Amino acid sequence: MEEHKEENKYEGLNLPNYNIPEDIQNVVSITTIDRLYNWGRRWSVWPLMFGLACCAIEMIAAQTARYDMARFGMEVMRPTPRQADMMLVSGTVTKKMLPSIIRLYNQMPEPKYVVAMGACASSGGPFKEGYNVVAGIDKFLPVDVYIPGCPPTPQALIAGMMKLQEKIDKQSIKKVRWYEKGKNDSNYVPMPILGPDLIDVRRNAEYKEAAAKKEGAA
Amino acid sequence: MTAPASTQTVDLVARFPDSVTADTRPGFSGFIVKKENLVEVATAIRDEFGFDLLSSVTGVDYLAENMMEVVYHVHRTTGGPGLVFKTQVERVDPVEVPSLYSVWVGADFQEREAWDLLGIKFTGHPDLRRILMWEGFEGHPLRKDYKEGFFEEETKPFKSRWPDGHHNYVEFKNPYRDNLIFPEGFDPDNYTPKNEDDLYFSLERSSMKKAEGDLNTDHIVVNMGPHHPSTHGVLRVAVELNGETITSLKPVMGYLHRNHEKIGERNTYLQIMPYTDRLDYFNSMANNFGYAIAVEKLMNIPVAERAEYIRVIMAELSRIQNHFIFIGMLINDLGSMYTPSLYAFEERELILDIFEAVSGARMMCNYFRFGGVVRDIPADVLQKIKDLVFDRLPAKIDEMERFLNENEVLVGRLKGVHVLNAEEAIRHSVTGPVLRAAGVPYDLRRADPYSVYDRFDFDVAVRHNGDMYDNYLIRFDEMRQSLRILEQALKQIPEGPINSQKPQYQVRVPAGESYGRIESPKGELAYYLVSNGKPNPYRYHVRAPSFINLTAVETMCKGVKIADFVALLAMFDIVMGEVDR
Repeated sequence: MEEHKEENKYEGLNLPNYNIPEDIQNVVSITTIDRLYNWGRRWSVWPLMFGLACCAIEMIAAQTARYDMARFGMEVMRPTPRQADMMLVSGTVTKKMLPSIIRLYNQMPEPKYVVAMGACASSGGPFKEGYNVVAGIDKFLPVDVYIPGCPPTPQALIAGMMKLQEKIDKQSIKKVRWYEKGKNDSNYVPMPILGPDLIDVRRNAEYKEAAAKKEGAA
Repeated sequence: MTAPASTQTVDLVARFPDSVTADTRPGFSGFIVKKENLVEVATAIRDEFGFDLLSSVTGVDYLAENMMEVVYHVHRTTGGPGLVFKTQVERVDPVEVPSLYSVWVGADFQEREAWDLLGIKFTGHPDLRRILMWEGFEGHPLRKDYKEGFFEEETKPFKSRWPDGHHNYVEFKNPYRDNLIFPEGFDPDNYTPKNEDDLYFSLERSSMKKAEGDLNTDHIVVNMGPHHPSTHGVLRVAVELNGETITSLKPVMGYLHRNHEKIGERNTYLQIMPYTDRLDYFNSMANNFGYAIAVEKLMNIPVAERAEYIRVIMAELSRIQNHFIFIGMLINDLGSMYTPSLYAFEERELILDIFEAVSGARMMCNYFRFGGVVRDIPADVLQKIKDLVFDRLPAKIDEMERFLNENEVLVGRLKGVHVLNAEEAIRHSVTGPVLRAAGVPYDLRRADPYSVYDRFDFDVAVRHNGDMYDNYLIRFDEMRQSLRILEQALKQIPEGPINSQKPQYQVRVPAGESYGRIESPKGELAYYLVSNGKPNPYRYHVRAPSFINLTAVETMCKGVKIADFVALLAMFDIVMGEVDR
């Protein structure tokens, strides 16, 4: 594929540079499995019906008549993670809420995507310094798209969704992490524990070391 | 000064010469009650002086004076100014203050919050657990000697952010490279997290008496939330069920606790303004309003005439869109997924267009300033507002009513399902439409008029049955009254400056305290501020109506079916940003 086409927008199901006679264009398509597969997925990204804070209201607004996310196949909000493809982290992630979010993420079937909507989900935003705030969901979950704004307008959200579609277009069944052989669930994130503060169990050794160092200094 | 007015109506010192003294610190008002006599004095305040509504309970940590103060604001539901009384205790753990739960049940959650965030132990409170943080969390964050993981400096603006032109990452100052604090020598491998036994024990496990030969049945505990489509955000409710009937229930919150107050105490006065937007994120204009009033009271400055009208217009528009969404969401919860809320959001978008035109943002308007507003309304936007108010909105409210009011399913689900009666509502400090639907005409725009509300001719919407259908109808009544106010405000709005002060980033605020309250669409929204004359508030507390209204949810929902519980919760129109702050 030429370079400008890489950057260029989605071109439909057919592979470029194949001339299909006009009279059978309705019934014949020349494409690859990847392309067919991605074509199906990009138009049916079902978000998890999951609102955290202010951004959730703009997420609802994006679903309503004026912005109408249904145009992108994203109107089917699923309250259960078992049926969702995409988790829209719409709002401030607090330490108290985090274990629930991780659990929801682990319950989602693959392929799954995470979109960090707004400043809070991306980095902690205006509340970053707070004692109960996680400075960005990307400390725990692999984020695919970040949408800036506080809150992002519905237009910005839709732009972010289109970015996600572009990302889906570029994926290949051969390479995506969830079809790799010999690995058990590479996407699994261990549950953090609510202790005296939030304990990310993957970093236990580090915590122990830092706590010991602090003791030595004091 | 408006502040000392509250003390003039009631002379507590004459009534209790031994246990009450007047608060004579400059800028402060009210009375200081000895801790030993607190319950006795509070009972007298309620019964003899008629202050039946406990508005707010909060604590202030005076670290330098080695003193903790608990501040109570009480009001009469018949209207008029409130009364402030305080009790002071030495700041030595355990800090113990008698609980006023027995006098006003509305103290329940607020005392738990003060325990959670300030470590004030209320003796005699029936269920003193942490409320916003989780059980097992280390420390009481709102104490002045508590420093967060990402602590930089005592107050903003931080000087350390750009030393010698280089930026500093706050992450590098923390040994864990994260927003974390652990006690010394903490060993995460051998840590067993506290399970939630306390919560489940607090549910009243009713013992089931079984007669001989009965089926072996048991109550089950169901957790709803924090991820649940009907809890309006991240509220969690632990429910004990007997079949489908709720026998006991406890709300669990704090899943959106974003430390509004702690961050607020480090910000300058103006820097707090955009944070207030994010409290009740449907009504940023109303939140701004309350906060501006609280600071203006402290600064003792007037508000520009035109700005007062602009404020009223924005606040009432905000109320209308809030109630529209309430109706849409309520019907969502009743099972009619999405269609009614599409109608609601259509009107909301038009109102948000106006907000965007005047403030630059759809939701987070950050529009008010001390002494006025930040920008004038352009003429074309004013025309747009007029078109909406005189033309479109009345018709749309009628249309909505025509669609819904007689709907059989809606009437069947709502009519006759009891929410609260007046007495219960007042006892639990419930304010806003829920209180008015129970027959108490308590609306701050009338009861204790602020801004220019005393110039408008409007009725306080009241309904008398206190069932869900009344709670639903009263929102339509309120929208109509808001339209009446808007019509008058749009006709009367004068020309002139929009701010009585020069635009400034840093305001000078004299030492003292103030309590600014407004009638937000959800209830009585109030801000309690303590200033020590520095650029940052010493104590900043939000009396959030959604949070305090939830106190009644337990009483309200006992004995109802779990399907009704979802709708009952919707009645309070809670917003988690405000509940958890």
